[in-house]
Amino acid sequence: MWYGDLGLLTGSVARNLVLPPAYLRLVVREIEVMGVRSLGLALTAAAFTGMVFALQSAINLARFGAENYVGPLVAMAIFRELGPVLTAILVGGKVASGITAELGSMKVTEQIDALRTLGVNYVKRLIVPRVLAALVVFPLLTVLADVLGVLGGMFTMLVERGTDLYAYWNVTAYWVVPRDFLTGIGKSVFFGAIVTLIGCANGLRTEGGTEGLGRATTATVVQVAMGVIVSDFFLTKLFLMIFW
Amino acid sequence: MTPVVELIDVHKSFDSTQVLRGVSLTLPKGETHVVMGGSGSGKTVMLRLTAGLIRPDSGRVRLFGTSIERLSEEELLPLRRRLGYVFQGAALFDSLSVYENVAYPLREHRRLREEEIHARVVHVLSLVGLSEEVLGLLPAELSGGMRKRVGIARAIVGEPEVLLFDEPTAGLDPTNSKLVVELIAQLREGVCDTAMVVTHDLDVAKAIADRVSILMDRRFAVSGPLDAVLESAYASVQAFLAGDLRT
Repeated sequence: MWYGDLGLLTGSVARNLVLPPAYLRLVVREIEVMGVRSLGLALTAAAFTGMVFALQSAINLARFGAENYVGPLVAMAIFRELGPVLTAILVGGKVASGITAELGSMKVTEQIDALRTLGVNYVKRLIVPRVLAALVVFPLLTVLADVLGVLGGMFTMLVERGTDLYAYWNVTAYWVVPRDFLTGIGKSVFFGAIVTLIGCANGLRTEGGTEGLGRATTATVVQVAMGVIVSDFFLTKLFLMIFW
Repeated sequence: MTPVVELIDVHKSFDSTQVLRGVSLTLPKGETHVVMGGSGSGKTVMLRLTAGLIRPDSGRVRLFGTSIERLSEEELLPLRRRLGYVFQGAALFDSLSVYENVAYPLREHRRLREEEIHARVVHVLSLVGLSEEVLGLLPAELSGGMRKRVGIARAIVGEPEVLLFDEPTAGLDPTNSKLVVELIAQLREGVCDTAMVVTHDLDVAKAIADRVSILMDRRFAVSGPLDAVLESAYASVQAFLAGDLRT
């Protein structure tokens, strides 16, 4: 039932992408709401993930005499997985639960029905701008998270292990190739669409007043995390088939 | 002339609960049809079916001569722009001011300059008895009666051909109820002469109805001019009108 609603909503969004009006101002507003207000969360998580990953890698790779490879290991892990996945789970959870709460509240107070009776296409007005904004915001946040994650790793190696940054950067630049970075950015586009659609679908399905609203918001946070983790496996397979 | 609204043998259930069982109704232009019934009798469901907000399980729903039961959401939009729907709880957009709420249909569907929108909003608010002082207020800052009147203003600002009222006096004190009923009666003169009103309030029916239908046991027990309905021979109808019906 839930998957059916999500599928129908995805189809409706795809159909409405090409219909007028464009609601560009709403897309810009959503980019600000989703992106700018999530910047601190995404960047803090990315920086500390890079730092802790570098610390763990350095200690364990040193046992094999491979501490030189901490740079590429951290960069690949962040570019390919940690950057896009952590950004999608953290920012996605925050953004999607907010969307569910807003749309769910509109649903239970009949504001969505009011839009419909006024002859307004509610999918075009409420859902499409959010999905379009997510398609822009998630890759941008992932790029910034990638940068902060790698810098966090470098910083830790400098402070904790006294690593020569020039050598660290050279080894990293030698082993890391553009597709490592691009596959992560490609994933983030899909993650943006998935988490936004989950948030919207749960908001539109909300029933049962404030109690139902609470249930829907909680369900969104769980489903976003699961949706990102499960789809990550299939997206990884897809990108490996395409780029490897 | 084609009726504005036509329901033909409409059935509607939610899960295993049947709400409407073979309901038929015709609303010609220029008529105010009041649908009465107790709580949970299916009045609001009937109104939502009429606006295409939900679909019937079987039967036909015609709006302005077009069968709408199989139309997609996008295909329904132009038809809905020709009607005004007043919700029981007003359903105002809670993050928008009174001005933005009433201006909303104009911004969406008309290419008007801001001065024209302002003039239209002030005009319809004056029609519902509200002054310019409320323009900047949020719905949460309004009383129940004011919210209802703003809801009516938003419904009529697009100059609809038919108005659908869902329990227009529910939750209002007697003074505000009287004001809203008078307002609905006034709207017939020059604003919108066709309306369907669902209510449990007999006084509303007496004040504005050309025809009255009473929903009982999931279908219309009686339908006709107000006087004929008041003199109905059905004991259950008389019990409902007298407030003695136990469900």
